[in-house]
Amino acid sequence: MLRLDGIDAGYGAVRVLRGLTLSVAAGEVLCVMGRNGAGKSTMLKTIMGQVRATAGTIDLDGTRIDPLPAHEVPRHGIGYVPQGRRLFGDLTVAENIEIGLMTRARDARVRDKVLDLFPRLRERMGQISRTLSGGEQQMLAIARALCLEPKVLLLDEPTEGLQPSMIALIRDTVVALKSTGVATVLVEQRVDAALSVADRIAFMTGGSVAETVPAAGLHPNAAHFAAYVGV
Amino acid sequence: MDFGPFLLLALMEGLVTAAVLALTASGLSLVFGIMRVVNVAHGAFFMLGAVLAWFVSEWVPGPPALSFAVALVICPLIVGGIAALADTVVLKRLNYEPEATIVATIGLLYILEQAALSFFGPDARPVPAPLNFRIQLPWFGYSGYKLAVVVGAALVLLAVWLILKHTRAGLVMRATQIDRDTARAFGINVDRVYAGVFAMGAGLAAIAAVLIVPIQQAHYLMGGDPLLLSFIVVIIGGLGSLRGTLVAALLIGLSDGVISTFFAPTLAKIIATLVVALVLVFRPQGLFGKRMA
Ligand SMILES: Nc1ncnc2c1ncn2[C@@H]1O[C@H](COP(=O)(O)OP(=O)(O)OP(=O)(O)O)[C@@H](O)[C@H]1O
Ligand SMILES: [Mg+2]
Repeated sequence: MLRLDGIDAGYGAVRVLRGLTLSVAAGEVLCVMGRNGAGKSTMLKTIMGQVRATAGTIDLDGTRIDPLPAHEVPRHGIGYVPQGRRLFGDLTVAENIEIGLMTRARDARVRDKVLDLFPRLRERMGQISRTLSGGEQQMLAIARALCLEPKVLLLDEPTEGLQPSMIALIRDTVVALKSTGVATVLVEQRVDAALSVADRIAFMTGGSVAETVPAAGLHPNAAHFAAYVGV
Repeated sequence: MDFGPFLLLALMEGLVTAAVLALTASGLSLVFGIMRVVNVAHGAFFMLGAVLAWFVSEWVPGPPALSFAVALVICPLIVGGIAALADTVVLKRLNYEPEATIVATIGLLYILEQAALSFFGPDARPVPAPLNFRIQLPWFGYSGYKLAVVVGAALVLLAVWLILKHTRAGLVMRATQIDRDTARAFGINVDRVYAGVFAMGAGLAAIAAVLIVPIQQAHYLMGGDPLLLSFIVVIIGGLGSLRGTLVAALLIGLSDGVISTFFAPTLAKIIATLVVALVLVFRPQGLFGKRMA
């Protein structure tokens, strides 16, 4: 579905990603783990075209998307939940949803389907999104991305700072999407959260993927986590 | 005339100033609010609107009302088109760096003024008013056209507000203003939004100019005052706040009318500039602006 091959990227003269290669298939959940500053968020921004790749290719279903202007990338079916949520804070819940729907011209039917996943948002459509609780904000960030009916979903530390019941809700959502064939790239720092949904785990260090391991074979105490995540 | 009617006259004159100023300044405010661009060429877009209105009044035959209606539609479109072009060809290439865009729009200001000098000439030229009736009050008669200007400006401002708050285009503009990277991640073509906003800002200045030119005459250097006053209004109201812009325009316009009538126009400008200095010292974010990080 989505494949990154030999990607170099960075900010100005600073190179962050070096020869990064990874891929995720339809209906697969790929977890990306690595220390702070390993380049996880930069990798997602590069997929979205916000950071330009200076070498390598990004391929979505046989189409190269790395040369596209940033606003055309989501139109190919990539939904993005950025780190720290990045809601349009001064806009209402309904308006944030509306922008998600506009991305690929989806209608009220899709909106209703998405809101069925997060009924708490439906009660708060008129609320300014900045004033939502942290958990509600994360629901809205995910709902906004689902409004474009993505083929590929990129989630950047969606469980950061949330209580267990919210983390469970996000996990259930990812599992439900997986069964519909969505390919998910999930950046996750918590070992338990990663192991509960991942098919494979990619360990990043120094801007590239050091190792990719099937999640089924990993124990929470595996040396990988100590080596690459520092837990 | 007694003091009461004299004050009323001053306030009515002030209201006309305020209406035109609110239109012009809202264009400047929109561009700054959404694009973070300080557009020094805003006054030149105003001038261009007035100069083009003169050309239209010369070329379109028939009654002044007809050529005025044509000017009201065509001038903002042409000026907006030029602005969109300037955005795409110049500002976008500068990556909207604040210092670079200020220098670039100063350059644009001179180019537009020199172009107007070449094609329009150095003289001030009158444009006939589309309607010629006086409203007879008990104490004095007042130009019906001036009141029409106030109504027209209010309608345009209402339309701007409706567009921003209640249309898809407005939603896209507000989202871009809040976070342009995330806007792009949801398919918003930020380059196109910027070109559109820059055109809209310039178009508002052009509409204001077309409205005022039957009262003021067109001249290739007429953009200076509207630019200065718009900056004053936008700073007092709070950069990027449309509501603040309206309130400040009323404040500056009405006090300008009163002070100019009872004392002198120069004193009105001095006081307005002083007010800006005071606002900058005591409330740098403006009356309605949000404090920036
Ligand atoms: N806008 C930027 N400008 C310059 N350098 C940046 C920028 N954003 C990130 N970096 C640098 O790029 C490197 C990778 O950052 P990135 O955000 O991708 O890390 P991460 O793996 O997501 O970390 P975390 O777990 O803390 O979220 C860091 O060294 C960071 O300082
Ligand atoms: Mg990160």
